[in-house]
Amino acid sequence: MVDVVIIGGGVVGCMIARELSRYQLKTVLLEKEDDVASGTSKANSAIIHAGYDAKPGTLKAKLNVRGNPLFDKICSELDVPFKRIGSLVVALNEEEIRVLEELMERGKTNGVPGLEIISREKLLEMEPNINRQARAALYAPTAGIICPYELTIALAENACQNGVEIKLNSPVLGIGVENEGVLAVRTPGETIYTRYIINAAGLFADEISRMAGAEDYRITPRKGEYLIFDRRFGGIVSRAIFPTPTKISKGILVCPTVDGNFFIGPNSNDVREKDDVAVTQQGIEEIIKGARKLVPDLPLKHVIASFAGLRAVSDTDDFVIMASKKVKGFINVGGIQSPGLSSAPAIAEMVLEILKEEGLELKEKSDYNPERPRIFKFRHLSSEEKRELIRKNPAYGRVICRCETVTEGEIIDAIRRPVGARSLDAVKRRTRAGMGRCQGGFCLPRVVEILARELGISPLEVTKSGSGSEILKGRTKEFIETGGVVDAK
Amino acid sequence: MQNRELVIIGGGPAGLSAAVEARRLGIKDVLVIDRESEPGGILKQCIHTGFGLHVFKEELTGPEYAERFIREAENLGVEIMLDTMVIELTADKRIVAVNSREGLVEIQAKAVILAMGCRERTRGAINIPGFRPAGIFTAGTAQRFVNIEGYMPGREIVILGSGDIGLIMARRLTLEGAKVQCVVEIMPYSNGLTRNIVQCLEDFDIPLLLKHTVVNIHGRKRVEGVTIAEVDDDDMKPIMETAKFVPCDTLLLSVGLIPENELSRMANIQIDEVTGGPVVNQRMETSVPGIFACGNVLHVHDLVDYVTREAMLAAKGVASYLADGGKKYEHIPVSPGNGLRYVLPQRINVDAMPEERQNFFMRSVKPMAKARLFIESERGVIKSRVMRYVKPSEMISVQLDRDEMKGIKMLKFSLQEEGDSVERGE
Repeated sequence: MVDVVIIGGGVVGCMIARELSRYQLKTVLLEKEDDVASGTSKANSAIIHAGYDAKPGTLKAKLNVRGNPLFDKICSELDVPFKRIGSLVVALNEEEIRVLEELMERGKTNGVPGLEIISREKLLEMEPNINRQARAALYAPTAGIICPYELTIALAENACQNGVEIKLNSPVLGIGVENEGVLAVRTPGETIYTRYIINAAGLFADEISRMAGAEDYRITPRKGEYLIFDRRFGGIVSRAIFPTPTKISKGILVCPTVDGNFFIGPNSNDVREKDDVAVTQQGIEEIIKGARKLVPDLPLKHVIASFAGLRAVSDTDDFVIMASKKVKGFINVGGIQSPGLSSAPAIAEMVLEILKEEGLELKEKSDYNPERPRIFKFRHLSSEEKRELIRKNPAYGRVICRCETVTEGEIIDAIRRPVGARSLDAVKRRTRAGMGRCQGGFCLPRVVEILARELGISPLEVTKSGSGSEILKGRTKEFIETGGVVDAK
Repeated sequence: MQNRELVIIGGGPAGLSAAVEARRLGIKDVLVIDRESEPGGILKQCIHTGFGLHVFKEELTGPEYAERFIREAENLGVEIMLDTMVIELTADKRIVAVNSREGLVEIQAKAVILAMGCRERTRGAINIPGFRPAGIFTAGTAQRFVNIEGYMPGREIVILGSGDIGLIMARRLTLEGAKVQCVVEIMPYSNGLTRNIVQCLEDFDIPLLLKHTVVNIHGRKRVEGVTIAEVDDDDMKPIMETAKFVPCDTLLLSVGLIPENELSRMANIQIDEVTGGPVVNQRMETSVPGIFACGNVLHVHDLVDYVTREAMLAAKGVASYLADGGKKYEHIPVSPGNGLRYVLPQRINVDAMPEERQNFFMRSVKPMAKARLFIESERGVIKSRVMRYVKPSEMISVQLDRDEMKGIKMLKFSLQEEGDSVERGE
């Protein structure tokens, strides 16, 4: 019997797990994929919004504004890069300037500090590559950028260090309810009896809620596509640049990443399937067209990757964060679309309050450690630190990914840490090996080899992102062993 | 801090050839730094034949070709530092490298030869829509898996792009029992050597679909197939009515190579936007005095023999640089005219040529059955020559004697399709 089962290892689930790990509780987090941050949390705009966008009075507005200032402490405790670079909403005509004014008013009502409408001259001085037709911009100095999967992984690691059990490859198959209260959660491997269930299942939160017989709502996947550019051009903008928003979306932006690249996107299109993360030709054209309105001269020859993510859009038009009225002990944390990442720390606080109200006793642990052991990123170390590190562990002297200068030591560390990497993408998200301009062309065979060695498996069993995504199909010369018959399947 | 006379970054064919030649020319202290655990660069995985026809008048495999230079380098006392990655290069020729034995290695070199080679263009660079499943490899990565590691990247293969590595891999994978469905090329002509089209595709009945491209990748976990479509003649946009699904578990990309010049940029070396490599002069010296470049880091070659020649010239350049103590020279510009994408070197000083004849490498903009190459100075045509079966994928190499270029102020190469009545020149 455990106290709390969290369903979903995205940023929200992991943030809640870490909050709960401060207390004397038995907490289990279930994730259906082979790594945390495998859904919406790995593919989004990676922005910690200031909070002027959401309608006053909504949970979105409240939690975003509350969440934003919490990031400095969380990121410093977890050794996760976070840069408060500020954001600019650009107006290209008179009408859009009026929208900026509305946004500023809304921001003030929401309690966003430091908002300012700046002139064209000031804007062009701050961002010389921006469209010369820009008329003015809303400047929000508190907006920031982060790596969302790095944050999620760090939260999971820290929660794990503090006693939360994180079970990967554990899709929820059933939820047991008794006397209108939560009883157990069933996964392929086991049945876990629990007092509380937190539904942080992202795109699938509606299905989980239905499975428990709790409130009925609907999550629609809304796709956003992105193009990411070579680090050489990372300086094209210094802040997150937004167009003036429309009713359904904040629009297609041009934004730096914490890793020194920049991206354009996302567009916004409802899709039918919750795993439709395919990039489309129309989508690519759409985001290029959109981004060019902000920065006309984009280095399109230096795109290094395209990707798509799905927003979990609830039909209630706001976050759904509440204890179920139908099933006692079941707490919905659904519909966490933008500004979900920015709100995550405040969502976790709110969920803990709800748990308290629902009768969970929160007794602090004496040995809770909010700090995650330091991650060594070779490329960011000083010469002295590099020397010292290699002396202690020669694996840090073997560069595996040449584009991002990732060493074998970092890859081994990523595999051996709590909630360690088990697949190529998991290594990539933790170390950036394969995320550079060659996109893994050179390091792929070597990362496969390291994963196989560290996990004690055959290279044939190494996957890109869990079972079914094996990288290799067999040994060469197998036809000799099988007597000349080759099975093409 | 170590002090070295010549440091060569990269121990592939360019680096090894340069090292051997440098020792032969009497440069005593030659250090080659390579990031892999064996020297030879990409040749190690090129187990097919076709190397050395020009240099050795023999048909060798890649490893055999490399072996000859590795032995020679050893005999001549070239020092090769393996498993070592150069992470910093400055314009005053200071190098920081890293390995697990010594940690950080700091070197002050008198001269440097850049021989880092190139990398493959990726899916991102050409923006193929679809999912991002396992089973998408660049052709070179697949080649490494098959030839070095002994693994099959897939069983049913579609190859996008008709670059040479893709063609070689079409044959290689077929011989290993895989089914290569087709090679898809967006251009109306192939991007590989003619001999590879014949020996790797035609001999194995592998269809080459010109004016086609991949418009979608299917499969959430592993590639399940691709959609291919014909492209429009004018704007090269896919014609969606012609789209068809081709089942496969693997997509190989052979869509071009990009010189790896991150270190060159770090040292503020001027880069030619067309070749993707440094701008060099008659002795393969970059815009930074004492830093030279050769091989695929400079421009992408189709024959290793040409790499060797270029590398030997760079070594001669270093010898003359070390002898003249970095004396300043004026250069005249060498430029591509009609019909040519680039000419290399991009500038020369005729009086300071290390050899009596200067070699020029160039690539045509399109295939031509018959064309005339014109070489002009400000005074007019110096020389012209008829060429047959010119292709962008086959590099043109032309030599000029010092006497032919005496006193000229500029040099321009152009290629005119025969029968073409358009006026040549400005």
